[in-house]
Amino acid sequence: MARKRFPRLGAFEPKLIREALISSVLKLDLRQQKGNPVMLMVEIGGILTTISFVIGIFSATPKSSFFTGFVSFWLWLTVIFSNFAESLSEGRGKARAASLRQSKTSVPARKLTADSFDAAFTEISSSDLRKNDLVLVKANEIIPGDGEVVKGAALVNESAITGESAPVVRESGGDRSAVTGGTTVIANEIIVRITTDPGQTFLDRMISMVEGAERRKTPNEIALEILLIALTGVFLAVVASTYSVSAYSAVSSGKGSAASLTVLIALFVCLAPTTIAALLPAIGIAGMDRLFQLNVIALSGRAIEAAGDVNILLLDKTGTITLGNRQAAEFLTVDAQSNEELMEAALLSSFADDTPEGKSIIALIQERTGKTPAPPKNITFIPFSAATRVSGAQCGEITYLKGAYDAITKAALEFGGTIPSDLKGKVDAVASAGGTPLVVARNEVILGVVFLKDILKTGIKERFSDLRQIGIRTVMITGDNHLTAATIAVEAGVDDYLAEAKPDDKLRMIKEYQNEGYMVAMTGDGTNDAPALAQADVAVAMNNGTQPAREAANIIDLDSDPTKLLDIVEIGKQILMTRGALTTFSIANDMAKYFAIIPAALIGIYPQLKILNIMGLAAPESAILSAVIFNALVIPMLIPLALTGVKFKTMPASRLFTYNLTIFGLGGVIAPFIGIKIIDLILIGLLNI
Amino acid sequence: MTTQEISVEALMLLLFLAIVTGVALPLSSFFVRVFSGDMSRGIPGHIENMIYRLIETDPDREDGWKGYARNMLIFNGIGFVILFMLLIFQGFLSFNPQNFRAFDLYTAINTATSFVTNTNWQVYSGETTASYLTQMAGLTVQNFLSAATGVCIAISVMRGITRQSTDRVGNFWVDMTRCTLYILLPIAFIFALILVSQGVIQNLDPYVQATGYGSTGQQTIAMGPVASQEAIKELGTNGGGFFNANAAHPYENPTPLTNFIEIFLILIIPATLPLVFGRITGKIRQGWMIFTVMLILFLCGFITLYSAELAGNPLVKELGVSGISMEGKEVRFGLLGSSLFATSTTSTSCGAVNTMHDSLTPIGGLVTLFMMLLGEVAFGGAGSGFYTMIGFVVLAVFIAGLMIGRTPEYLGKKIEALEMKMAVITVLIPGVLVLLLSGIALVLPNVTELMKNPGPHGLSELIYAFASMANNNGSAFAGFDASKPFYTLTGSLAMLIGRFVPAVSMLAMAGSLAQKKKVPPSSGTLPTDSITFSIWTILVILIIGALTFFPLFAMGPIAEHLSMIGGI
Repeated sequence: MARKRFPRLGAFEPKLIREALISSVLKLDLRQQKGNPVMLMVEIGGILTTISFVIGIFSATPKSSFFTGFVSFWLWLTVIFSNFAESLSEGRGKARAASLRQSKTSVPARKLTADSFDAAFTEISSSDLRKNDLVLVKANEIIPGDGEVVKGAALVNESAITGESAPVVRESGGDRSAVTGGTTVIANEIIVRITTDPGQTFLDRMISMVEGAERRKTPNEIALEILLIALTGVFLAVVASTYSVSAYSAVSSGKGSAASLTVLIALFVCLAPTTIAALLPAIGIAGMDRLFQLNVIALSGRAIEAAGDVNILLLDKTGTITLGNRQAAEFLTVDAQSNEELMEAALLSSFADDTPEGKSIIALIQERTGKTPAPPKNITFIPFSAATRVSGAQCGEITYLKGAYDAITKAALEFGGTIPSDLKGKVDAVASAGGTPLVVARNEVILGVVFLKDILKTGIKERFSDLRQIGIRTVMITGDNHLTAATIAVEAGVDDYLAEAKPDDKLRMIKEYQNEGYMVAMTGDGTNDAPALAQADVAVAMNNGTQPAREAANIIDLDSDPTKLLDIVEIGKQILMTRGALTTFSIANDMAKYFAIIPAALIGIYPQLKILNIMGLAAPESAILSAVIFNALVIPMLIPLALTGVKFKTMPASRLFTYNLTIFGLGGVIAPFIGIKIIDLILIGLLNI
Repeated sequence: MTTQEISVEALMLLLFLAIVTGVALPLSSFFVRVFSGDMSRGIPGHIENMIYRLIETDPDREDGWKGYARNMLIFNGIGFVILFMLLIFQGFLSFNPQNFRAFDLYTAINTATSFVTNTNWQVYSGETTASYLTQMAGLTVQNFLSAATGVCIAISVMRGITRQSTDRVGNFWVDMTRCTLYILLPIAFIFALILVSQGVIQNLDPYVQATGYGSTGQQTIAMGPVASQEAIKELGTNGGGFFNANAAHPYENPTPLTNFIEIFLILIIPATLPLVFGRITGKIRQGWMIFTVMLILFLCGFITLYSAELAGNPLVKELGVSGISMEGKEVRFGLLGSSLFATSTTSTSCGAVNTMHDSLTPIGGLVTLFMMLLGEVAFGGAGSGFYTMIGFVVLAVFIAGLMIGRTPEYLGKKIEALEMKMAVITVLIPGVLVLLLSGIALVLPNVTELMKNPGPHGLSELIYAFASMANNNGSAFAGFDASKPFYTLTGSLAMLIGRFVPAVSMLAMAGSLAQKKKVPPSSGTLPTDSITFSIWTILVILIIGALTFFPLFAMGPIAEHLSMIGGI
């Protein structure tokens, strides 16, 4: 199947970089910084030092203000780097949004007066459509808005939304009635009832989420921001008190002078958690973007965050754990019938059978015999009917039938046959082994049973065991009976299963888990999944699902691949981990910066404090400048990490914590000592030249 | 001191800590029974019910956090007014054999605030200012009530963490009554008697005139109901001395045995509360984890202080004085008794002293200062130590939780914006108060005239004063005259904010946590009783403290220490 993925964007795409650079300068507007109080304070520091620099230039000793000028320059760069990180991630979103927006042009719509193909219509613009309007869409026309097919069936090309070029069928009634504005009808015509007002369509929501335009801060981001603001406040108090303490100390020791404004601002900026504050918006937006690369759209940031927290996954068996179809795996003869006869009967009864099960029987026979069988000339097919619940073929006088145990036994008895004594045993054995028994008969003779087996998706078992390691329980939901469900549950390695599930069982189960404090994620596509989707903490709807299901969900999977739930969970965790790691790193950095700045600032007052200059930095000015420069440079250096996220490792929380703490905590303590020293050496080298 | 002597002191320390732990363990289950109402039987039960009838409260009706906080504030407000009146009117009242006149207005405000907030910062000297009535009915009563207030808040924080889907955190009046009636009164009573047996005085006599040695001539020896105040002063981590010399005075703390008893009393309630937490939550390991974190911080402080005093001052060695630094220490307590008392009183919010902290070596002084500035969590104040520690644990959990890819949770409770807000307020407010008030004080004119030793040591003296008040410690470094209205008033403000803002914040956090459901633990949950997490919590506490105060320390004790070892 041809598949057009959205373009992959490298972390530093030249075009995006150019745009981000421009917007990072435009964002220096103080009003734009109010969402990020830490950077706002840094920028105010930049303004103050610039003023002090300009005043210094015109004073008697202009040379001494060069230091202030340098510090000021790097403070501005710090803010620009921070803006750059945000702009770059926003730019990636915008680039993707642009590709979506192409399909969101205003198109003419035929507004009907009644839901019939020959009703009178008025031609209006799609932007004037309101909820519950009825529109007629013909072949090669763009569907003007999100809605539900109320009449007709059509082939629709949804590649604008899903990137999937194969058209899909959309028809009234059932689970395939939802259509999305901006997609194109290829054949036939349909009447669509519009379900959203303009500006709130699915496409609009997708665009605004991808673009990050309407990005609201998630609860966890708010909590983290409280911490960052509090730390910033504390460091303001530290710097204020450092001024008066140094003024007092200078007087009482009779040496040196109070710490200058430049030094105080430099100290503040270095201590304030600028690294995480600069990268925090980028982390969230980049997470959305990574989801988008998977063809998944989160309709709120909160949903992704919740995905990281999920501890119960409700998974439909079919399509998620097993391949959608059962496959023939074994032929079991009964009553001393020969295997060849059974295979022949199975083959003949399946030639006309277009279902995957029927095809798999032919494939299995082909594999067993090594021949490619061809249907005989005189064959007529008996299609599956709901009344008889059997299917098969007629070859002359002989009727070959296959079907469920009770259906075939009924047919065999009607032919005047008998039920072989070992049939029931074999049928039950198949069922208890997790398979579906398909009984095959030739006229009145029951020949045997075809073992139809659920085939697990490759790698699913390993994934579940990974999930268990990180504390997530998987629950399989299936309509199968308990025996079958239990067998597959064991085979797939899920923690629990719900057999003979009815639609409202899911909702009940989710509520139960939530009452026990669990966070539940599920996938769904049908209308009857909608209440459960609305209840679940993370609800992933398949894009080919119904409109109610998509409305109820908070995440949409454009590929309609339920297995992706697992990827979504991982991305949710990655976002949180990246935040935690960079916060730790940012705070751990402060130690080295203190050891750079404090001795430099106070050495004039207390020469004995030079012992604190453990990095052996050359001069007070170079020491302070090195710390400021390190503080600024670390932001762009960490942008790739913020965009790609900290790698998620499958290990229990306790080990993962130790691991990340070592890398980002210990690393955060050590890295700046090395970085500042190197910058100091470079600065001294440059100044000597 | 010889290595042998040090080893003996180390063994004594271990024995002492073993006793504290050994008593805390059974005491914690007693606490649980008291606060669950298990002890409310017999005669005490009748007294309890009489009190409830008198104040018209229904003991079975619990309040939300707001009601609890409101009652707590009203109660402490009334306590303030009564104490303030007593201080102002003591001249007209009885039990005043020395005929002391009223406290002056600023001192009265400062003292009333100080005793209501469990600070017990003293700008007056007890034996020359306060009547026996003031000492007994004013200060001693507040010693009981302010300690009980702290414990009650700690208990309702525990309830908040334990309960789910409710907004009730307890009935303040009931908690208060039970804490005072079953815990503080009996223990204080028994230990007051023990102290009396060791020579602590307990009388209402007028002061005694005696002839002193040599040229000192006539001396006045202060008397008073000391033992009854001494026991609760240590037990409730209050610390306000009956005498100005506090626990260095032989009538307050006569022997090495009373010294250890008093240190034991200082530590016992703060050390018990984490274990109470372990029992209430049903996760005893969680209680031990907090206990261990506190113990390690305590030992770090103690060992540093002890070694610094042991090393002594090299400058005096040049003058031919060798050995440990004994300036300001009582010979009857020795190095261990003095260092252990100094560490205990500052790492809890006690503030009683048996040693002149001003005379400690720079590093020793730094330890006492730092233990307070960490927020007093190395066992901490009665109740306040526990809930401040929970504030730190919430911070530690938040960052650690993110690092494992989950929105953070503690004991199954999600830590969200409100919890974060309350945790940072609790943890950071006292430090910011110290920074701002010291900063303001130092730019005021003539600040150096209030210091005995201008320079780095004077800075320590000043910071210590604000650190002591903002963290509700109450001990004085001494050497700094904080009796000027600016200091009594800003100090009062610091004590009020430092006490009630964290208390109310933690109650708010308890209220919010109580409403949340518990997330069942799994292998994806961050274990908060592991060694790694304990180390992390210790680091978070130390790093926040160090980042906040490094510049001040550099220009204060560190500069002083470097001068000292550099021979300047």
